[in-house]
Amino acid sequence: MNKKTIVIDILRYRPEMDEKPFTQSFEVPYIEDTSILEALQYIKDHLDSTISFRWSCRMAICGSCGLMIDNIPKLGCKAFLRDYYPNKISLEPLANFPIERDLVVVMDDFMQKLESVKPYLIPGDNACMSSGEYQQTPLQMEKYKQFSMCINCGLCYAACPQYGLDNNFIGPAALALLARYDRDSRDAGSAQRMKILNQEEGVWGCTFVGYCSTVCPKKVDPAAAIQLLKVESSKDYLIGLFKPD
Amino acid sequence: MKTITMDVAIIGAGGAGLRAALEIAQQHPNLKIALISKVYPMRSHTVAAEGGAAAVTQETDSLEHHFDDTVSGGDWLCEQDVVQYFVENARKELIQLEHWGCPWSRKEDGSVNVRAFGGMKIERTWFAADKSGFHLLHTLFQTSLKYPNIKRFDEHFCLDLIIENETVQGVLLLDIAEGEIKLIQAKSVIMATGGAGRVYRYNTNGGIVTGDGMAIAYRHGVALRDMEFIQYHPTGLPGSGILMTEGCRGEGGILMNKNGYRYLQDYGLGPEVPLGQTKNKYMELGPRDKLSQSFWQEQKKGNVFKGKRGDYIHLDLRHLGEALINERLPFIRELAKAYVGVDPVHEPIPVRPTVHYTMGGIATNNKTATSLSGLFAVGECASVGLHGANRLGSNSLSELVVFGKLAGQEAALYAQEKKHIDIKILEQKAQKIVQRTEDFLHSNGSEKMVDIRQEMGDTMEEGVGIYRTKPSMQKTIDKLHELKKRYKNIKIEDKSSVFNTEFLYAIELGHLLDMALAMAYSAINREESRGSHQRIDGFEKRDDKNYLKHSLAYYQGDDAPEIKYGKVTITRSQPAQRAYGAAGDKKIKEDIK
Ligand SMILES: Cc1cc2nc3c(=O)[nH]c(=O)nc-3n(C[C@H](O)[C@H](O)[C@H](O)COP(=O)(O)OP(=O)(O)OC[C@H]3O[C@@H](n4cnc5c(N)ncnc54)[C@H](O)[C@@H]3O)c2cc1C
Ligand code: SF4
Ligand code: FES
Repeated sequence: MNKKTIVIDILRYRPEMDEKPFTQSFEVPYIEDTSILEALQYIKDHLDSTISFRWSCRMAICGSCGLMIDNIPKLGCKAFLRDYYPNKISLEPLANFPIERDLVVVMDDFMQKLESVKPYLIPGDNACMSSGEYQQTPLQMEKYKQFSMCINCGLCYAACPQYGLDNNFIGPAALALLARYDRDSRDAGSAQRMKILNQEEGVWGCTFVGYCSTVCPKKVDPAAAIQLLKVESSKDYLIGLFKPD
Repeated sequence: MKTITMDVAIIGAGGAGLRAALEIAQQHPNLKIALISKVYPMRSHTVAAEGGAAAVTQETDSLEHHFDDTVSGGDWLCEQDVVQYFVENARKELIQLEHWGCPWSRKEDGSVNVRAFGGMKIERTWFAADKSGFHLLHTLFQTSLKYPNIKRFDEHFCLDLIIENETVQGVLLLDIAEGEIKLIQAKSVIMATGGAGRVYRYNTNGGIVTGDGMAIAYRHGVALRDMEFIQYHPTGLPGSGILMTEGCRGEGGILMNKNGYRYLQDYGLGPEVPLGQTKNKYMELGPRDKLSQSFWQEQKKGNVFKGKRGDYIHLDLRHLGEALINERLPFIRELAKAYVGVDPVHEPIPVRPTVHYTMGGIATNNKTATSLSGLFAVGECASVGLHGANRLGSNSLSELVVFGKLAGQEAALYAQEKKHIDIKILEQKAQKIVQRTEDFLHSNGSEKMVDIRQEMGDTMEEGVGIYRTKPSMQKTIDKLHELKKRYKNIKIEDKSSVFNTEFLYAIELGHLLDMALAMAYSAINREESRGSHQRIDGFEKRDDKNYLKHSLAYYQGDDAPEIKYGKVTITRSQPAQRAYGAAGDKKIKEDIK
């Protein structure tokens, strides 16, 4: 029988009981293709049923299971024990978010950021259901496709030093989402979204560290989205200079 | 307890719940909508759908073809008026999604592309690469943010319905993060809580797919219809059950046993279609029930691989080439690499059948209304009668939007005609449920939840799996009764009120056990083979004389559910033999004669 084990340190915090977060250690059986999420499930089922964490799809698409693994934001369901063995693994809730309990963070601000960018098609005058679908060539789709791949996991916020300093900054995923609609050939809402972009908390909050894109599990590349939006925002500024109000 | 007054409450913010909410928000801006979900809407399991959504699209196709494919695919247990409504409205709804921004995959000229899917005579499956459900869900969710009359209750767990005068008057929620109980008074309620696949050990479903809405309605006396029909998807990853979409086969992927042989030709699906070609309704593009059954037969013959995660066969995509795989199946490549260490560009993927979909659910009429006044149901938790004994892949995403819209319309109409009753009466009702819930939280027995959950999953696989016999089902039933008894003696360690997931899992496990019993009893009572319900104990044939009927399971507390039967609506397609492959073409020729 395979008796190999691996140690997992988990930062725990139960607001009704604990004055401040503390670390609890668990030893779990080591199987190389066990994911961190499965290890957490093992702990909950067999070692300590009171530990709380979010999950659902276990296939890296629902965006529930983000956490810090050895201080790097990752999806628990897409990181594996084999990547750490034989070393100890440390699990903490996503950085830059308030802790709700154990590995669960408060997502309210993140959700509000997503909602704030008008993330829906704002149709132009030519929109008409009865004439069927809009025509959109694969090339036109290419302009925004990548930015539509975001699973709202929040890893990029945990990675963003700017958001860490000042959470008024709209942040990577929400700006990528803004770019997703802005760059869609079916959308006519650029002018409305420009106001959001131009404010201090908009694109100009970003100091281009680029760590958001490094940690993104879906290759959304929010840093690239922000760069593209900065260009748009500058253009808008220049046009504004020459256009009398 | 906090009280909130709304007009319509929607439990579930997956594809079905969101579509219903949007319909009401757009058509009835004066109505207040509560959109309730135990997870953030974009975590709902619709997110995991890969393959696509069906609607008649091409010139060569017709509504009749889609109707016929669906009805024969469902082995004639479909409500044919419902199927007719569905095929007529599917395309319009997919276009609506497109107008909301859904990035459906395109042809070079900019029009929407379609792919082949199992059991479909003509290509009619709209797809967004292999993340169709993800895009559909995010599009609906993001669009919903436009409407201020949709009030979201994210991470709120529905504990129960509030019923007075045999009419639904509201819902009782637990705010998961705050631990606060909320009573939502509503004139109508839509159940859109998804399936119950987590009853089984190996499945393609997310952890949240625990049959909550089905169980809640069932415990209030609403019938669950056709619960014996559980779909095994032929291509899940061994062990985890993670899905490899039927789109893999739609694009030309093939299935091989351990001898490298395309065994489907031995099971009425041949002759073999040459590598690199596809032929609708032949071989790998047969319906799911037949394909899963063939695996079982091959397993018996010893023709499958044996691995550390269990038996499997090969899904081979290599001949499709890297470019096509990257364009059409990028997620499949990502998943196969991460979870079984296989790059499908270079190696075949190990796959096996895993539980995927509950064809049955809360019985509704053809307009999504249940027998309980004020309660509507839609999506996978409901049985509107579309899928019969076997669902065709890509019909259910379309179902979510076609019937989600209808449920929205119906629930809004109903709400407009009703008045709220005295809240005091509801508060008293709610207080009783709160008491019951608190008592449950303080369960201090000796049974471990994990044992019950795993034993339930295993016994369902054994007794109510791909092939069934009376003794095997009886054994499962006995086991389930034992588990239900043990469930009453569970221990809940965590008594806290902030994000207490152990407590929620315990409630969900209770729901799952009731669903398992409804499935097992519905199955043992159906003495025939039809669609996904296959018996090998003397009832191998379909028996239209006795069983061209829907089963209806009624909750009886700890006793066996009462199983009754309801008639099937047949409009223009009389039951005939289901045939695929060459036999299917032969049959069509004979029908024309
Ligand atoms: C892996 C996979 C791939 C699939 N691929 C396809 C495909 O390609 N084509 C196709 O047509 N079909 C596909 N299906 C089937 C289809 O995706 C599902 O049937 C459909 O998405 C279900 O949608 P729904 O809205 O009914 O439920 P879900 O999306 O499951 O949503 C249920 C909602 O109810 C909420 N809820 C549940 N219980 C409670 C409670 N107690 N309190 C509060 N809220 C609650 C949840 O939070 C969630 O918001 C696939 C299914 C799976 C599992
Ligand atoms: S951009 Fe990437 S890291 Fe950020 S929320 Fe979206 S998927 Fe997650
Ligand atoms: S569990 Fe869904 S992304 Fe990890």
